[in-house]
Amino acid sequence: MGLNESLEKEGFFTTKLNELVEYSRRNSLWPMPMGISCCAIEMMAAAASRFDIARFGSEVFRFSPRQSDIMIVAGTVTYKMSKVVRKVYDQMPDPKWVVAMGACTSSGGMYRTYSVVQGIDQFLPVDVYVAGCPPRPENLLNSLMFIQNKIKAGVKPKSMEMK
Amino acid sequence: MTEQRLSLIKSKLEKFSPDYYDVNGTPGVVTNPQSIVEICTILKTDKELCFDMLRDEIGIDNFTKKNRFEIVCYLYSTVFRERFFVKVLLESKNPEMPSLTSIWKSANWYEREVFDMFGINFTNHPDLRRIYMPDEFEYFPLRKDFPLMGIPGSIILPNK
Repeated sequence: MGLNESLEKEGFFTTKLNELVEYSRRNSLWPMPMGISCCAIEMMAAAASRFDIARFGSEVFRFSPRQSDIMIVAGTVTYKMSKVVRKVYDQMPDPKWVVAMGACTSSGGMYRTYSVVQGIDQFLPVDVYVAGCPPRPENLLNSLMFIQNKIKAGVKPKSMEMK
Repeated sequence: MTEQRLSLIKSKLEKFSPDYYDVNGTPGVVTNPQSIVEICTILKTDKELCFDMLRDEIGIDNFTKKNRFEIVCYLYSTVFRERFFVKVLLESKNPEMPSLTSIWKSANWYEREVFDMFGINFTNHPDLRRIYMPDEFEYFPLRKDFPLMGIPGSIILPNK
């Protein structure tokens, strides 16, 4: 009879501290809703009852970057806005993840012009790109699950790789 | 606008002897920066015309050697429910015209936009700053000689 089994009989269970932290971390990814344009509507739909982002533990949209873990950049980022996005990102505590939601955010999309940044990866470390114009809420939820799997596998966020 | 009303406007603006044009039934007048303020004051304050609303003020770049830039003012009379255009022809180098903010307050932001996009200088404007582009931007994006994708490095992104 091993130590685990005898402890379970006593009413305890054993795990690694690291795994416990990862488990709680991946099931409470609080998003920072960086809703800049129309993708934000789909982001709101993902939070509402039909798609219900709460099923993945991300129902708490924090409007303070200090309390959020994952930034969903939803919309066209112009050069003028890039400084604001970066400032909000810099205020978030580590570990932090970035989701580039939609075509405009990932690559500039149809706005191939002088005022729009052609992909936010020019100034932010992006973890997941979500395709679509705008992406359906399922697709956004899929990106969330992607990040959860990354944490489960012990992959560090892009922001920590840079350092 | 009826012929009668148009001839009334023509009689009021007789001393400037300007050219007239027509856009799908809406008449307009072509003028120069020297007499624009006087013409607009007559169009607004005259009791029989009463163009009390400045709906838009637009810049145009024709990319020609002479009279490269144009400003089109789109006026509306809430009393007579009539529309009217005032077009100003500007020179190609150092385009400049007097501001219309002394007549219509709403001209303030329209003129800031035209300044931002075309670099047209409005004299006597109370607050002529850029309205869309960053303050440190040095170019005028809607001029025809500005490349579509901009000038690389003209706007600095935050550090990665």
